[in-house]
Amino acid sequence: MRSGDLPSWRRNRPRSWWPRSLRARVILAFVVVAMVAATAASAAGYVAARASLVDETQRRAADSLRGQISRLAPEVEYPPDQEALERLRTSLGEDSMVTFEGLTAASGGALGLISDEMRSAVAEGDRFTVQRVVDDSGPKLVLATPILRTDVDGRQRASGVEVYVVQDLAPTQAQLDRWTRIVVLTIAGALPLAVVLALLVSRSVLRPIQRLGHSANQLAAGNLSIRLTPSGRDELADLATTFNRTAAALERSVGELRHREAEARRFVADVSHELRTPIMALTSIMEMVEADARDRSPDDREMATMAVDRTRKLARLAEDLLEVSRLDAGAVALRRELVDVAHVVADTVRTRGWDGDVDLVPTEPVLARVDVRRLDISVANLVGNALRHGSPPVVVEVRTEADDVLVVVTDHGPGLPADVDAEQLFARFFKADSARAASDGSGLGLSITLVNAQLHGGSLSARTSEDAGAEFVLRLPRHLEAEPLEAEPLEPEAGPDGGRHGRQDGESDEQP
Amino acid sequence: MSRILLIEDDHSVRVSLAKALGRYGHDIAAAPTGEEGLRLFVEHSAELVVLDLMLPTMDGFEVCRRIRAAGTVPIVMLTARGDDIDVVSGLESGADDYVVKPVEPRVIDARIRAVLRRGAPDRSGRSTAVYGDLVVDRVSMRVTRAGQDVAMTPTELRLLLELSASPGQVLSRQQLLESVWEHSYLGDSRLVDNGVQRLRAKIEADPAAPVFIQTVRGFGYRFGPV
Repeated sequence: MRSGDLPSWRRNRPRSWWPRSLRARVILAFVVVAMVAATAASAAGYVAARASLVDETQRRAADSLRGQISRLAPEVEYPPDQEALERLRTSLGEDSMVTFEGLTAASGGALGLISDEMRSAVAEGDRFTVQRVVDDSGPKLVLATPILRTDVDGRQRASGVEVYVVQDLAPTQAQLDRWTRIVVLTIAGALPLAVVLALLVSRSVLRPIQRLGHSANQLAAGNLSIRLTPSGRDELADLATTFNRTAAALERSVGELRHREAEARRFVADVSHELRTPIMALTSIMEMVEADARDRSPDDREMATMAVDRTRKLARLAEDLLEVSRLDAGAVALRRELVDVAHVVADTVRTRGWDGDVDLVPTEPVLARVDVRRLDISVANLVGNALRHGSPPVVVEVRTEADDVLVVVTDHGPGLPADVDAEQLFARFFKADSARAASDGSGLGLSITLVNAQLHGGSLSARTSEDAGAEFVLRLPRHLEAEPLEAEPLEPEAGPDGGRHGRQDGESDEQP
Repeated sequence: MSRILLIEDDHSVRVSLAKALGRYGHDIAAAPTGEEGLRLFVEHSAELVVLDLMLPTMDGFEVCRRIRAAGTVPIVMLTARGDDIDVVSGLESGADDYVVKPVEPRVIDARIRAVLRRGAPDRSGRSTAVYGDLVVDRVSMRVTRAGQDVAMTPTELRLLLELSASPGQVLSRQQLLESVWEHSYLGDSRLVDNGVQRLRAKIEADPAAPVFIQTVRGFGYRFGPV
């Protein structure tokens, strides 16, 4: 499809990122949906798993610290001195700190990790506090608790000793990192799977659509018996059924139309025979009557001449009527052959005996592929019309214009009636001058010429020319590209009268 | 004075045409059906048949084929249907020329005389010409191929004479229509194509790969070079 053929709503929406092909769109949509779904599910699972892992680690560390404290606390003397604090800290292991008022015992990097907020939180309350911190070596868990002392009255109160323990979370983090990798790998693995699935789905959806498109093309090309086999019970199967119904209806009406057309053709052929046979008899008889009347009285001669004249007119009218009926019935096939149009036009004028009344503008041979009989009839109608309605001299010119050949017939009469347009002029039985209606042409000539021009893919136009009377232009495409010309230059073998031979080509390309 | 057989089923046409052609000096026998026509054809020893295509029972095409099978008597068809199929079928059945009704008897007379002239001895004065195994005797108007007589209608014979008169030279269909059929204006080139086909069937060893009469596509025909 050329861009000029695009409907305007498509031209006005340039979305270059949006794939034009339905297949690509289906795949893109499928992949996006699959990725979003996979990512969301993995993320949700990851977050939940991570939370429970961290909680578990924290709980275990806290339990362990509580156990140690409850075991060590009774051994601490009060108030403890630096040495006692050091002992307590050593029992807690590395990365720990124990404070009592101004005294501090610490080991490892614990001190730097413990925030002031945490210290004040522990100092103020008697709560067990946990905090996650991250330093250069990774995430750490800091646990802090005051040691409680049981008074003589049996009540527990803060002894002033605070214990801090830092636990490395690296193993837990490693576990989490493994999970992250698995999640990413899973999503990455789902991508090709989604593409493959999308391809499969798009195929199962698009294959019937492609078949439908193919069949519709066939239908458009004239294969009306094409049908789809609906498979399944989905919307596409419904579409196929609808398509089949449409095609069947089309085939039926075209069949009916063809049938009627064939009947019309047969009718025209029969009428043609029925009409021509008696006219043939009349024509034969009139020829003898005309010859016999030469020896009779002037009255008899006049009557005979009139009878002969009327018989000819009747024959021509019947011929024109039959031609119109044939055109209406579509019973006309163009028989194109390569000819010199100028020569055909000259022959038309000569064989009708119009040499004396018509000025043929001399021209070079103009080759064209036309139906000679129809060209002859068309030109004869135009020239006959000009001779009847215009004034001599009637000028006939053959010339070319682009890929067309033009036959221009000009008379020197009054031109076209002012109140008449071309459509009326070419209508059947239109008579410019009703007073002369009874004695002139059949009234079908221009209409026949117009249809013949259209059959050739050409046109007929009429106007009043500036310096003369009416001007009729018959324009026919030359169709020279249809077949390479092998016969150039024109008739190399022809003798001195070679110009008389107009027909170049008997190989007719029948065009229905 | 030529003996003409007119086969035409319509009474008024048959009677008036027979009378009118009689005035042009022909000896006319007229038949209303194909069967009657074939009987008269022998009895009258007709030199030419004017044949209507639309006949009751046996149609004109069949009559045409039978006359053609029996010999080389030329046939001019009369058709009233005016569709091309009639003309094509008539020519394929072996007709030499055709006219479309209604037509004035003088036109039919002119066609009859033109067809009959084709069988007259060649005016060019040349006598026997030999082209390979094909021998054309222009005086006795006989053609033999490999020593065997080839029976030809006047049209086929004249077509061969025109083409072989200038071996190697291309003749356009219109030239042939004018010289063989004596159609002085826009004639029907299918007459030429059909005549050439029938001629090839008689003189070519393989009509599909002709040696004597070659098609010059888009233009016409050429005799040889042999």
